Amino acid sequence: MELLLVLLVLVAVVLALVVLGKLTGVVKGLNPSNSYPEEPGRANQVNAWMFLVLIVVGFVSITWSYLHSTKFYLPEASSVHGRRTDDLFWFSMGLLTIPFILVNTALFFFAWKYRYQKGKRAAFYPENHRLELVWTTIPAVVMAILVLTGWKAWSDITSEAPEDAEVIEITGKQFGWIARYGGIDDNKLGNYDYRLIDAQNEVGIDFSDETSFDDFTNPSELHIPVNRPVLLKIRARDVLHSVFIPHMRVKMDAVPGMPTKFWFVADKTTEQMRAELGNPEFKYEIACTEVCGQGHFGMKMVLVVEDEESYQKWLASQQPFLKTYPEYLDRVPANLKAKAAKYVGEQTASAE
Amino acid sequence: MSVVEVVEHGHTEEHEHHEQSFWKKYIFSEDHKTIAKQFLVTGILWAVLGISLSVLFRIQLGFPEADLSWLRPILGGWITDTGKIQPEFFLALVTMHGTIMVFFVLTAGLSGTFSNFLIPLQVGARDMASGFMNMLSYWFFFLAGIIMFVSMFLQTGPASGGWVIYPPLSALQEASPGSGLGMTLWLVSIALFIVSQLLGGVNYITTIINLRTRGMTFSRLPLSIWSFLITAILGLISFPVLLSAALLLIFDRSFGTSFFLSEIYIGGEALSNIGGSPILFQHLFWFLGHPEVYIVILPALGITSEVIATNARKPIFGYRAMIASMLGIAFLSFIVWAHHMFVTGMNPFLGSIFMFLTLIIAVPSAVKAFNYISTIWRGNLHFTPAMLFAIGMVSLFVSGGLTGIILGNSALDIQLHDTYFVVAHFHLVMGAAAAFGLFSGVYHWFPKMYGKMMNQTLGQIHFWLTFVGLYLIFVPMHYVGIAGFPRRYYQFTSYDFTSVFSDMNTFISVAAIFTFAAQFIFLFNFFYSIFKGRKAPINPWRSTTLEWTTDNPGHGNWVGEIPAVYRWPYDYSKPGAKEDFIPQTVPHSATPESNFPSDNALIAEEKQIESQNYNDQFKTGH
Repeated sequence: MELLLVLLVLVAVVLALVVLGKLTGVVKGLNPSNSYPEEPGRANQVNAWMFLVLIVVGFVSITWSYLHSTKFYLPEASSVHGRRTDDLFWFSMGLLTIPFILVNTALFFFAWKYRYQKGKRAAFYPENHRLELVWTTIPAVVMAILVLTGWKAWSDITSEAPEDAEVIEITGKQFGWIARYGGIDDNKLGNYDYRLIDAQNEVGIDFSDETSFDDFTNPSELHIPVNRPVLLKIRARDVLHSVFIPHMRVKMDAVPGMPTKFWFVADKTTEQMRAELGNPEFKYEIACTEVCGQGHFGMKMVLVVEDEESYQKWLASQQPFLKTYPEYLDRVPANLKAKAAKYVGEQTASAE
Repeated sequence: MSVVEVVEHGHTEEHEHHEQSFWKKYIFSEDHKTIAKQFLVTGILWAVLGISLSVLFRIQLGFPEADLSWLRPILGGWITDTGKIQPEFFLALVTMHGTIMVFFVLTAGLSGTFSNFLIPLQVGARDMASGFMNMLSYWFFFLAGIIMFVSMFLQTGPASGGWVIYPPLSALQEASPGSGLGMTLWLVSIALFIVSQLLGGVNYITTIINLRTRGMTFSRLPLSIWSFLITAILGLISFPVLLSAALLLIFDRSFGTSFFLSEIYIGGEALSNIGGSPILFQHLFWFLGHPEVYIVILPALGITSEVIATNARKPIFGYRAMIASMLGIAFLSFIVWAHHMFVTGMNPFLGSIFMFLTLIIAVPSAVKAFNYISTIWRGNLHFTPAMLFAIGMVSLFVSGGLTGIILGNSALDIQLHDTYFVVAHFHLVMGAAAAFGLFSGVYHWFPKMYGKMMNQTLGQIHFWLTFVGLYLIFVPMHYVGIAGFPRRYYQFTSYDFTSVFSDMNTFISVAAIFTFAAQFIFLFNFFYSIFKGRKAPINPWRSTTLEWTTDNPGHGNWVGEIPAVYRWPYDYSKPGAKEDFIPQTVPHSATPESNFPSDNALIAEEKQIESQNYNDQFKTGH
């Protein structure tokens, strides 16, 4: 329906222009002139008035289309820093709408007002230092305000993550994400080495490091606790990727050979969002925003934000990597075998 | 040199012109005007191809359900059995569109055409400093184009990692089919293109500095020449950096080096490359890539300055401020490149610095916009198609530039980076604005290029359809960006957050196809007028600059002596003057009725100007 409306508007605009075009053509035809310079005729007037029409139609269309679009925008940010950057964004947009309107209006209005008139002469007005100083200073001041607010937000967002942050690793590959958790025993991510990557050990967990023993990975869901800082340690296996969590206003590239990071505090659980949006199907999503090959558009991972209790429950329900793939026990150095065996234990027992 | 021979010959046997051979005259020509036309026509052909590619991927994005089987005769296997564009081909389309439009159309087509055409004519020189290098410049560009074109017909497709060709994607054949031979040809093509740019740039700079006619001081140069000079300097400094990035990438791809590769596991094996940095490539790329944006827009701003002053019948407001702001923009353009990289993981402190430097650019840009508006204020406007496009250019430059202030803010860039907000921003501010500069220039200088007039009415219709069409495409695209839609996505149905708004994407696609269709009005007008246009007078727009003092110029530009210059290029509607324009060649001693007291002081200089040697590289009149 909306599409239809929009198309109708488009068609109307085209028709109007074609008619106007024809009109000017006809007018031109009535005044054949074979020599240049040519006295600007009716066509000049028509074009001048078009600018005036443009101001009105332009601003009405932009206002309408903007209002029409707001319902498709992302809901209010679900992270603390996200609301801050949103506020800053809308503040900046509001501020910049003023010059947008002023400059375009002045440009088109003067174009109309000072259209050619026979016998009139343009003013000889080559400079005015005071005026130039004014309009150099005003943008400079506005920029200073924007720089300062932006800089403050940026340095807070990119500051070191708090000590108590939940550290989770997320690795991009063609074409998907793999999350790795430190495990419930030590909650520490073990070392990794890209040369250890294989079909099972997709992120190259290094089992000569004892903190890896309880690590577990998950290729489809990233669970994080609500109201607690989460530090994403971001890696890429093959080419560049970029972790984009639109609802959290989080984005950071994943670079092979250069780990990156981003920390944030999510303060709305998935459940809360479902209630708020009235959409029981709602899911937070993670997307890729750095072109990475033909599957780029489908590198989806679901983000689940939950309260501390269910988060801990979920952690506990996850199986350490060693338990799923006990054959990796071979990679563990002899002196740590006993410690690692604890994680393999039951599983191998029951499997055998 | 044959050029000199021809002139000598012409001089001794006044009316008996030694005819150059067809090849020398039209193909391997050393005449700057012919070379300019070669750049222009080649640029137009590339533009048709480049925009067609965008129409293809807009069909995919706007009508994901459409059955494109009918395209199979042209695109073959790139259309799947179900009539869809292949995802890999989609990326190739996006990549080729970007490469073609940025390099071949808006750099070579715009700067190549107008720097070549206008520099000798506006500074008062018989030709470029080196006609031979100028010819090479075009033919290197031509060769680059041929190679890029050939790459589109490879079985594995052309390069498909985006026009920014970030490694490791572009370095590893395993990562994407387009990173195979397609990428190799892309790199070879761009390397040749850079050679072309450097040959051209050296020539532009040398000609402007050394071959100005008598009296043509720097403070009397038209703003178009200032913009071409600054553009050429930008290109000369920044293109070699891209060349080095391309060479290092070639090494990584073919010779096993690790400049940009480290710790990669792909295709089931761990590569041995250690210690390189993909971010290094981005630094090198954007060290060109950002000045490149200004290489594209500055000539457009220069052209617009000429056209607005002429058709407003007013001196350009703040001539010196215009030059200063161009110099400011040019200088700043070298130290803002990392604003393309806020979320690459580079040090956040660096991000702060680049945010600060980036936002400063808004100041000189704003000054330019205000100066254009003041030029129009109290003018007497002639809405020639060139003038309409120049006004449109200012509007697009401002509208697109303002959202740059948002994106240059690193905190806001976190969310908006690589979304359609960015796409909308740069298409307005550099794509559409520069294209409008190109159109404006073509409509304005067509009479001098071909000796014919283009049809004014068709030009005006072309303007309104294009201008409205562009806003219909790119305003809604900002909304799509605010909604978080990422760039270079083959389809939006994989995610819940992008499965809204499909109507808007359809609308954008319809507007894009509509705007593309409108360009055929221009194509018709352009090619028709070359052959059938009305004959143009010497100075159809009653303009002041030197190129309008010579009739549809032959080789050597002026018959007889090169004219001397006595005044600045913007004496429009000078109080007391008989006409509303005084050409640069008219001495102040001839216009006592309109001289300001300060002008009378210049009369004393006239003798001196006249006594200067011609600075005529052909030594004699033609």
